[in-house]
Amino acid sequence: MVRLWRSTVGKKAVMAVSGAGLLLYVIAHMLANLKIFFGARSLDGYGHWLRELAAPVFGYEGVVWIARAGLLACVLLHMTTAIQLARRARAARPIGYRHRRPVQGSYSARTMRWGGVLIALFVVYHVLDITAGVVNPNGVPGQDYRNVTASFGRWYVAVFYMLAVTALGFHIRHGMWSAFQSLGISTAKRRRALRAIALGVAVVITAGFLSVPIAVLTGVLT
Amino acid sequence: MRLTLRIWRQRGTSDAGELVTYPMDDVSPDMSFLEMLDVLNEELILRGEEPVAFDHDCREGICGMCGLMINGVAHGPERATTACQLHMRHFADGDTVTIEPWRARPFPVVRDLVVDRSAFDRIIESGGYISAPTGSAPDAHAVPVPKPDADTAFEAAACIGCGACVAACPNGSAMLFTAAKATHLGLLPQGQPERYSRAEAMVRTHDELGFGGCTNTGECTAVCPKGIPLDTIGRLNSDLLRGALRS
Amino acid sequence: MSQLYAEGTPIADERAPDGPIETRWDRRRFAARLVNPANKRRLTVIVVGTGLAGGSAAATLGELGYRVESFCYQDSPRRAHSIAAQGGINAAKNYRNDGDSVHRLFYDTVKGGDFRSRESNVHRLAQISTEIIDQCVAQGVPFAREYGGLLDTRSFGGAQVSRTFYARGQTGQQLLLGAYQALARQISAGTVRMHPRTEMLDLIVVDGRARGVVVRDLVTGEVTSHLADAVVLATGGYGNAFYLSTNAKGCNTSAIWRAHRRGALFANPCYTQIHPTCIPVSGEHQSKLTLMSESLRNDGRVWVPVLAGDDRPAGEIPDAERDYYLERMYPSFGNLVPRDIASRAAKHVCDEGRGVGPGGLGVYLDFADAIARLGRPAVEAKYGNLFEMYQRITGEDPYAVPMRIYPAVHYTMGGLWVDYDLRSTIPGLFVIGEANFSDHGANRLGASALMQGLADGYFLLPNTIGDYLVDGPFDAVDPAHQAVADVESEVRGRIKALLMVDGDRTVDSFHRELGQLMWEHCGMERTDAGLRKALAQIPALREEFWRRVKVPGEGAELNQSLEKAGRVADFLELAELMCLDALHRTESCGGHFRAESQTPDGEARRDDENFSYVAAWEHTGVGTPPVLHQEHLRFEHVTPSQRSYK
Ligand SMILES: Cc1cc2nc3c(=O)[nH]c(=O)nc-3n(C[C@H](O)[C@H](O)[C@H](O)COP(=O)(O)OP(=O)(O)OC[C@H]3O[C@@H](n4cnc5c(N)ncnc54)[C@H](O)[C@@H]3O)c2cc1C
Ligand code: HEM
Ligand code: HEM
Ligand code: SF4
Ligand code: F3S
Ligand code: FES
Repeated sequence: MVRLWRSTVGKKAVMAVSGAGLLLYVIAHMLANLKIFFGARSLDGYGHWLRELAAPVFGYEGVVWIARAGLLACVLLHMTTAIQLARRARAARPIGYRHRRPVQGSYSARTMRWGGVLIALFVVYHVLDITAGVVNPNGVPGQDYRNVTASFGRWYVAVFYMLAVTALGFHIRHGMWSAFQSLGISTAKRRRALRAIALGVAVVITAGFLSVPIAVLTGVLT
Repeated sequence: MRLTLRIWRQRGTSDAGELVTYPMDDVSPDMSFLEMLDVLNEELILRGEEPVAFDHDCREGICGMCGLMINGVAHGPERATTACQLHMRHFADGDTVTIEPWRARPFPVVRDLVVDRSAFDRIIESGGYISAPTGSAPDAHAVPVPKPDADTAFEAAACIGCGACVAACPNGSAMLFTAAKATHLGLLPQGQPERYSRAEAMVRTHDELGFGGCTNTGECTAVCPKGIPLDTIGRLNSDLLRGALRS
Repeated sequence: MSQLYAEGTPIADERAPDGPIETRWDRRRFAARLVNPANKRRLTVIVVGTGLAGGSAAATLGELGYRVESFCYQDSPRRAHSIAAQGGINAAKNYRNDGDSVHRLFYDTVKGGDFRSRESNVHRLAQISTEIIDQCVAQGVPFAREYGGLLDTRSFGGAQVSRTFYARGQTGQQLLLGAYQALARQISAGTVRMHPRTEMLDLIVVDGRARGVVVRDLVTGEVTSHLADAVVLATGGYGNAFYLSTNAKGCNTSAIWRAHRRGALFANPCYTQIHPTCIPVSGEHQSKLTLMSESLRNDGRVWVPVLAGDDRPAGEIPDAERDYYLERMYPSFGNLVPRDIASRAAKHVCDEGRGVGPGGLGVYLDFADAIARLGRPAVEAKYGNLFEMYQRITGEDPYAVPMRIYPAVHYTMGGLWVDYDLRSTIPGLFVIGEANFSDHGANRLGASALMQGLADGYFLLPNTIGDYLVDGPFDAVDPAHQAVADVESEVRGRIKALLMVDGDRTVDSFHRELGQLMWEHCGMERTDAGLRKALAQIPALREEFWRRVKVPGEGAELNQSLEKAGRVADFLELAELMCLDALHRTESCGGHFRAESQTPDGEARRDDENFSYVAAWEHTGVGTPPVLHQEHLRFEHVTPSQRSYK
């Protein structure tokens, strides 16, 4: 296992597994967000329900904390491996080319690193905004609906969210297929299908997330 | 045709290099890229200048010795073509052509466009073989190999070890080269006993030599003169992980 | 002619056993003394060259326990010229049950060599051929397979049985990678030490034994000596004496030529194979010629216009005005006549002014009929990659216009003389692969060079070298020994001399001029007058080279001009011997066609009475007449007959 962690292939596997964890979370989160279209009660109630979940066993918010711990672990592993691999890559080419032209030209593949950083910054802001309420005009933890609509009431915040979500879409588009490849699941026969699935998932997630700020901006949600 | 060449000149590994511009007046479209450099070198020698050093041998796309970054693309603009098989008819009169050596820490520049690729040999030495002693092999027909496996193994075995994959990879990774050999041997029944240890050893050596990790960007396959497919890398990953889980 | 060379004493292959041919190799192996395994570790063998012959030999010797020092001039042993072989490798496996056998392969090879090779050697080669395939499969060489999972074979080079194993059009590559990987395994085991980018420039002979080599590190320019108990040369052929050939650019004669200068006899230097289907020269800048697989002649029809100087595009020449000359001259074999015959016929029509393409040096290889008969997809499936290669190089689409082909120098059957044990005439110097004068006689059959290289390296040399080394380890040679110092200083002196000329002509310009001269006078067709002309011009060119060559840069650095200069200097000496050998052999045989010795209908005429021998030449100095030693050939199992393909 230590050997595996040391090898570049092992690191990619860690990245893929943690990325998959994050992806599952993002999918669930996106679906949950859609409850906003059923009104404040639906969304807030959902948040409340989550915190009550299995409360007799884990206590109030217990499940949520477990999930947060898992997420945090994934984020840490994902980011650590990402940074290590990026540093290796820099070291592997100390002198760059004067003239360089990508051939394959997959935009999402080339923006994984900066895209990841953008997503990370976004998440920090997002948690301060909605969960903690620190940078939110409404800022009452638990009042998710009002926090969200208040936040997106400022167009520049809504635009920032939309940008971040688009970056996430690119990240997933390459990341999901890449994870299959890193884990050795992608083969010549499956590659096209897997790439198509990754594209589909990325589009759905992006569209799902985008729908909320757009709805607020266009006044569908107030 | 008239061309303007910008060529990387560097005396030795520890020297600084620079791009030097050479105008060329009379390039025939039938020349290969290397023949065009031959003509330049003849001119340079007669002018009392040092000719440009570049690696080459077979000049028919099979030895893997040649390798130039031509206008930012490994082996130049034609797909599935080595620099020696690239012909000048793919350039237009008046073009400026920038020629640089492969760049990666494990491939130090020896002189001008010549780099040291012996790191590839180290990777093969660490396990890229089948431990078959000479002189006492079973009859060749003793073990049939399904044709599809044989064909896929051949496809991977076609790698010429040119290093273009490393040169093009944004991470400076040699994973396509490593995976090609692991796939070739791992697909054949004769290669099964060492399949997992081979993958592990080759990747370990690959990493120790200072190549970057693969992040599946796919530039390598795009420039590979033999079109080694990307799923060889998936196969190597799978072998490595399976091997690790087994032990 | 007698003032051109001296007649020496005849020589004989003394280690070849007599008796039943089928058991000669077994008996030789049994008679050979064995080296005690513990002693092997104390014996060092130098192997120069990492092609099929050298790579497989170094790997096997390392595995046996010897300490091996391996050298090649490329940056990796995997790039040796063997990598370029396309067609395949012969083996008498008879997997098809089509009548093949060891004896048939033996027979075909002796006959194909036009009865100028040794029966003992060729029979042994045919026997070993089957083991080579087993060995390579065990190593993971991905030969072509059939749907049942068994190995596929094809018939090649006019053979009537299907005995050629292949890996698409890249057989040499796959076989070489197999040998390279075996070598890599020994390198990591520490039994073989690899010296890439290192060129052998001379041989060290101490007290009559080959004890080492002087090499130049091609990166630092450093000249050093390496000492050992035996030296093996596996440095390939010398076809580049012609400048343009299908060989890789770096192929050279230096290693064997230097050994020749130190006393090893050079056998049959004039035997050169010219391959009929290569892509023609496109201009002055041409640096090498590319082979198109012979298999194209199975479906392509060769023709030229009937009228000389007809420069209409091929498509506008009506059928009646085309001369399908091979079909006309050889009705039964047609386009499939052997390499030498097809090559010569092409030369003749071009000499008549009927050649096509730039300079009139080309003939059409036309697939229009095949496409009409089989359909384009079938032609594509069979030859798609070759058509693509042709298009890439010429920029013409061979589906639409006929290909243009022309013969080119391809292989050299001559080389250092060796006995049955692969020993040269210098004790302790072994020569294997294309570098020796080999088992191919005056003409090599397609797919036999790979077979010979691997037989030598994997199976023969490792068995025979022990009989020599059993007397070792020989007294250690002090690196400061006079003999070592002398050779080293000669090598340094020569490098210095090359750099000091500082003339006004490039190395390539000399090489090109030499090549033209050789092609003209010592190429497909040789005449007394032409050869004499060449023999007068070559020394003059050599003299001019040493007066006018310009080699820029210094010795102590990577200097590709200097590398080339050294090689061309050696070619300039070898070329003279090639022409002399061609001149003295007034018969035609195999690849050696003397215009004076032909049948009334223009076919080669052998002269068994006077020339049934191997011509082994002894060096006496540059520009002084060499000494000819004859090794007479005996035929007990195959009766020499005239080849006929009418
Ligand atoms: C285009 C082409 C296609 C062919 N196709 C076929 C085919 O289909 N079937 C077939 O049987 N044969 C074929 N042949 C012939 C065959 O490939 C060669 O005869 C054979 O590979 C020679 O092998 P070798 O080991 O003797 O030498 P090579 O492979 O030539 O190796 C020579 C080695 O010696 C080294 N060397 C040379 N000089 C020096 C020096 N001075 N110092 C240090 N190292 C040196 C080189 O680095 C190299 O490692 C083909 C040849 C060509 C050119
Ligand atoms: C624009 C669309 C988005 C909306 C409307 C939205 C809304 C919300 C809401 C309402 C919460 C609070 C849940 C709760 O605590 O009950 C939340 C939390 C969170 N969101 Fe989002 N979100 C969006 C996009 C994203 C994206 C793209 C990511 C990640 C890449 C993300 C990651 C998180 C995280 C990590 C939390 C904190 C979970 C916790 O620990 O409680 N969100 N989001
Ligand atoms: C915290 C911020 C993040 C950073 C810094 C980050 C960074 C990266 C990087 C650098 C890669 C490698 C890219 C490559 O293959 O070239 C990667 C891959 C991946 N990321 Fe992220 N990422 C982040 C967040 C996420 C999120 C939120 C998800 C879930 C949707 C995710 C899912 C993936 C997946 C599935 C991969 C592919 C793994 C692989 O290639 O094996 N990442 N990430
Ligand atoms: S994988 Fe392709 S690009 Fe890489 S070394 Fe092999 S042939 Fe060259
Ligand atoms: S370009 Fe590099 S990132 Fe991987 S897919 Fe190829 S090695
Ligand atoms: S010179 Fe051999 S591949 Fe280009």
